[in-house]
Amino acid sequence: MSALGYYPGCSQSGTAAEYDISTRACCKALGVTLTDVPDWTCCGSTPAHTVDHHLAAALSARNLRQAEAAGLSRVATPCPSCLAALKTADHHLADAPFRAEVERLLGGPAPGPVKSVSTLQVLFEEIGPEAVKNAVKRPLVGLRVAPYYGCLLSRPPGLMAFDDPENPVSMDALLTACGAEVVDFAHKTECCGAAFGMPRLDVMTRLSARILQAALDAGADCIAVACPLCQMNLDLRQGQVDAVTGRASRMPVPYFTQLMALALGLPEAEICLDKLVLPLGPALATAAARAREAAAAKAAKEAAKNAAKAAAKAAAKPTAPAKAEKEASCA
Amino acid sequence: MQTLDLESSRDTAFMDAVAEESGQDLKSCYQCGNCTAGCVYTHDYDLPVHQVMRLVQTGQKDQVLACRSIWLCATCQACTTRCPNNIEVATVMDVLRHMARRGGFAPEKLVKTFADGFLASVARHGRVFEAGLAMAFALRSGKPMQDAALGPAMLSRGKLSFAPHEPSSRAKTEVAGIFQRFHAGRPAAPQAATTDGGATEDKP
Repeated sequence: MSALGYYPGCSQSGTAAEYDISTRACCKALGVTLTDVPDWTCCGSTPAHTVDHHLAAALSARNLRQAEAAGLSRVATPCPSCLAALKTADHHLADAPFRAEVERLLGGPAPGPVKSVSTLQVLFEEIGPEAVKNAVKRPLVGLRVAPYYGCLLSRPPGLMAFDDPENPVSMDALLTACGAEVVDFAHKTECCGAAFGMPRLDVMTRLSARILQAALDAGADCIAVACPLCQMNLDLRQGQVDAVTGRASRMPVPYFTQLMALALGLPEAEICLDKLVLPLGPALATAAARAREAAAAKAAKEAAKNAAKAAAKAAAKPTAPAKAEKEASCA
Repeated sequence: MQTLDLESSRDTAFMDAVAEESGQDLKSCYQCGNCTAGCVYTHDYDLPVHQVMRLVQTGQKDQVLACRSIWLCATCQACTTRCPNNIEVATVMDVLRHMARRGGFAPEKLVKTFADGFLASVARHGRVFEAGLAMAFALRSGKPMQDAALGPAMLSRGKLSFAPHEPSSRAKTEVAGIFQRFHAGRPAAPQAATTDGGATEDKP
């Protein structure tokens, strides 16, 4: 198998730098070697496919061509929107008339087949929860996490071909392997409002409010995300959501890779918790207190169990004298 | 309640074009409503998505292309995922939006402004320049202060770069070339049967 390419995507070199940094750090720590797609450009994301499918495919195909030229037959990306764009382009390029128009737009040949994959899928399928568990140095004991996948990581199932489209579990398994407690979360794939934050803030806040409320109802300390746009809506824009709902959510929204990096004991510079608008600190403190409480409760239960055992033993001992007494009374 | 004369307003060329451009078998929609049931944007739609599908089936071009719903679809893929007849409903919504653009419809003007601004940023820098996009949108949207309060939070966390993070000049030229050729439009097809009228593309 050729080396695994890496396509960071625009957000990951700007507003979502911590997703890029923590993704690279987790991959490195777990033995996944990423080779950057040289001189990559924007995939076109949602705006391109809403304008024209050939334009969208050409913008993505340029990156697949860069990967191919570098000998990379497979490209991993942390961003679900980039992933959908790259996969859709690769899929459409198999159609001859479509390919011809993309080649006209590219002003040259389109690339051959290049497979794209999310870094979540790489970590889940190629490393796996068991290996992650073995690599964990600081288990996230007591931390209750709502795993939020967003729309695109497993949808549509025909194109994405990963995990369950309605109830994905890959992130759940990785976070559980990190020692966290994954809460039952019905809004795993409900849309957060996507790119409507700027043009229709009312729409975006209504949708993100549902997700925040569901996480609060589930008793989560934080929401783990895998998409830079979901993260921005739920974290940076949480104040705008709260302004509409009148709540004070105070819900931290780290990337799942930040939580993994934390559990793997990686240095703070590779976790970048300071980039989150809602700090994770209080959630970690709650988790630590909960872990201490649980440990104390367990110890108390153990002690009570031992005491009960001892008492039972003590109660059992007098059977011999009791028997003698009984015999004596019969005599 | 609106009454439609389905016979006089049926546009069969439109029906064929949507099927052709989306690659979907639109006849197989039997109006179960699963798409609408799972659509989190229905609250904001003027036409629920299953009605959009029905109007496409009956060739009601003007009503479909003028609706807001096709601009408010986020392509979250819930409808496509849940369609019992495997219709890529989100792809149909996308194609309708392309047609609406070409026809000069944009009832959700700011959604179009945002997409246009995003692509203009890509065409210019090769990658999206987020701060530039946000500022350009704030100026063009007529609500410049909407996100102003987010600035300090982003700045203090090093999330707002005031310089674009660009690829090489060669890569930038390649991306700019894609947009130039797109705007120039397809050369006139020798055979008459292209249905998408790509040559009159609205500039994104």
